[in-house]
Amino acid sequence: MATVSSPLAAPAAPIAERQPTDWTTPAMQSRIAARYRAERNFRRLGAAALVIAASFLAFLLFTIVRDGWTGFQRTETRIDVQFDAATLGVDPAAVAGPQGQSLLARADYQALLLKAAEQLGPADGTLSDAAWMELREALMDNPALLGKRASLWVPVRSSIDLLAKGKYDLTAPAESRGVTDREVSDWRWLEKAGRLRTGFNTTFLFGADSTEPELAGIGGAALGSLLTLAVTIAIAFPLGVFSAVWLEEFAPKGRLADIIELSINNLAAVPSIIFGLLGLAFFLNFAGMPRSAPLVGGITLALMIMPVIVIASRVAIKAVPPSIRDAALGIGASPIQVVFHHVLPLALPGIMTGTIIGIARALGETAPLLLIGMRAFVTDVPQGFTSPATVLPMQVFLWSDDVQRGFVEKTSAAIMVLMLVLIAMNSLAIYLRNRFERRW
Amino acid sequence: MRLLIALALVLGLAGLAYLAGRSRGNRMVVAAGGRIGAVHSRPVYHGAYVAVLALAPALLVLAGWGMVGEGLIEGQVLGSLTAAERPASGNDSDALMNEVRGLVNGDLPQAFNPLAPRLAPVYAAARTNGDLLAGALAVALLAMGGLWGWSRLRPDFRARNRVEIQVRALLLIASIVAILTTFGIVLSLIFESIRFFQLVSPVEFLTGLAWSPQTAIRADQVGSTGAFGAVPLFWGTIFIGAIIAMAVAIPLGLMSAIYLTQYADPRLRKWLKPILELLAGVPTVVYGFFAALTIAPLVRSFAVALGMTDASSDSALAAGLVMGVMIIPFVSSMADDALAAVPRAMRDGSLAMGATPSETVKKVMVPAALPGIMGGVLLAVSRAIGETMIVVMAAGLAANLTANPFSSVTTVTTQIVALLTGDQEFDSAKTLSAFALGLVLFVMTLILNIYALAVVKRYREAYE
Repeated sequence: MATVSSPLAAPAAPIAERQPTDWTTPAMQSRIAARYRAERNFRRLGAAALVIAASFLAFLLFTIVRDGWTGFQRTETRIDVQFDAATLGVDPAAVAGPQGQSLLARADYQALLLKAAEQLGPADGTLSDAAWMELREALMDNPALLGKRASLWVPVRSSIDLLAKGKYDLTAPAESRGVTDREVSDWRWLEKAGRLRTGFNTTFLFGADSTEPELAGIGGAALGSLLTLAVTIAIAFPLGVFSAVWLEEFAPKGRLADIIELSINNLAAVPSIIFGLLGLAFFLNFAGMPRSAPLVGGITLALMIMPVIVIASRVAIKAVPPSIRDAALGIGASPIQVVFHHVLPLALPGIMTGTIIGIARALGETAPLLLIGMRAFVTDVPQGFTSPATVLPMQVFLWSDDVQRGFVEKTSAAIMVLMLVLIAMNSLAIYLRNRFERRW
Repeated sequence: MRLLIALALVLGLAGLAYLAGRSRGNRMVVAAGGRIGAVHSRPVYHGAYVAVLALAPALLVLAGWGMVGEGLIEGQVLGSLTAAERPASGNDSDALMNEVRGLVNGDLPQAFNPLAPRLAPVYAAARTNGDLLAGALAVALLAMGGLWGWSRLRPDFRARNRVEIQVRALLLIASIVAILTTFGIVLSLIFESIRFFQLVSPVEFLTGLAWSPQTAIRADQVGSTGAFGAVPLFWGTIFIGAIIAMAVAIPLGLMSAIYLTQYADPRLRKWLKPILELLAGVPTVVYGFFAALTIAPLVRSFAVALGMTDASSDSALAAGLVMGVMIIPFVSSMADDALAAVPRAMRDGSLAMGATPSETVKKVMVPAALPGIMGGVLLAVSRAIGETMIVVMAAGLAANLTANPFSSVTTVTTQIVALLTGDQEFDSAKTLSAFALGLVLFVMTLILNIYALAVVKRYREAYE
């Protein structure tokens, strides 16, 4: 480096005699004070940078949790339902028979609900579109209810739900607060009648996507993520570990090894969206694989995280001391036996750490999946590796685009679930590294 | 599902081949009286040799069928329609095929498209035929490979060496996947880009100042013939990723690295570093949501308070700020490495001369580590310009050439997503332009990375 020039280059200038500096003079004292002040300020600047970064993170987490925790709750209203066989359109005698359950599954609960909603008086339009499913569930769980009267808690519409959670600023003028006077008066009526309660939202955790915020859930997206990651792991882990083994243990020095190493290092730095373009052009358009499928998403993500696994595995394999290899070779093991019986088991903790970090990255990735069509609106949990599916971060993206107010809390709640899983995975990686990694 | 069954079948048969080979190995050992060395390889290697010979060709057949099978079946099914009935766009035929598949698999009780019920039996027949054909071929190859391998087993047959050669070949193939992926990326980008450049001249694409990719779908439609000047996109990308984001990330990242390495107590450092790393672990879609929902309104009301009337709700500043925060841990860890590589003697020398720690950092450490820090910053820029979700969610779609951080600009990645989601026609300049943009992005990040890594490497070598 030019800046670190050799001391020999400086000419030996004659040193002039001079008085030592008197540090007690006011001028010198103020100079020292100024230098110390600069020191303190610099130090504070450094601390401030960290505080800014940390408070940004805290602010982000705080907003997400503030908006999102209510997403795990839903507001329900109590209605008394007369399970009238005539309204349901079923024959009580047949229900007792062997076909009972399937008869009950197909009965007309909408009509039953319409009748029951009359008791809500002015607020009869506040029930959720899916409230009839609660009636069906109740009756199918307990067929003896047929012909009897029961009191049930059913979900309400998203606007009433949000009113009950206090998400609207009711002091704002009517045109800008996002909720109609009718909805407000309905909610007040229900509240006064004591018909509202807050329950845990199982639909959100286990259901699939929906156009109605109160019916939307992350279950479908979570299963889609699971299927996609299964494909990703099945491909990326063996490929990554094998190529790391080849590069570290068997690659002859030469052009091929150089090219492979160069491609892996470059792939690690390629923007993720480019992998989406590859998936679109090659897997979808060229190979004709199905759009929106976990299979294609999994392969694309596998190619994306493979370099991460290779690089981590190489570091782990390199850390195994040569004496282990020499000892095994010395008692007659073949090179393959040395690697698979000794080196890989010792490197496994490091490999696992790298793999988990790679998988966590794949789980949070959205951009490449957007391009291969995994933004499909899927109202059912995915059926298999080739049926249309969506993944958790994509669900976050889709909901964040939705104009309905009720999706804001759903988006934040989905982010909470996603972040919890990611933090758990990263903690596991750190734990594995600390617990099992050996230092020689 | 069908493929999984076939895979299980093939694996089961290969397991049988393994058992057959191993038991033959065992019998050879018994025949030799159990004398060590009478049989070259241990029985497990005989088994593995037979199993590999049986499995490899069968797996190739299944993988090939899995890759192209669905496409072949689809072609056959759509080919059974008359030209007039055939769906117009790729999306339509995808939807139709999904319905047909749903009908055949029994997931879908009834189809919306009237063609679907007619196509379902065609699809089922084509699929059964293909499956049977591929399955029969796979099993035949499996049997042939297995029998041939089995017939070669002798006491002096070097089964272990053979198996090890096969394992080495497997390792090599796994390594070559990286090259194939790189080639796949380059080829698919270049191939589609060439098709785009046949429609739009590269000079117009790289130097044009107007970007409006909407081409007229019908001939009589008004306006929008499409303009593909990508300069506003490049500017927007650089403005958000390399200017605003770096204005946030470089000072904060560098200062936190300096504080962590030079000042912080080891115990404090143990707590602060994971917090900084957590910033890097937050999914980008979360940053995007946060930028769009929380930061953008703040930035907009700030601009309004400053007296700006045309402040945009998807300003470049909001996206850039959040992207900068996302990059902080990256810059910080690169600066950390660069500072750690400065020889300790330089630091100690400076301190011994009476310089305060901050003077040492400012006048000795940072100048000495500057190449390494610059390399890290370039890597951070390459990451920022390739970042997608934050800009898709928080930056705009309007291609403006402006340096006002409160107005809306668009980026390369935003446009790629906008062009490729929704209805696609694969020969229109609109969709193809996304691949040309992708090519530019790929080349830009590649150059930045190669240059930055070379700088970092040269810097490290200077102090070794």
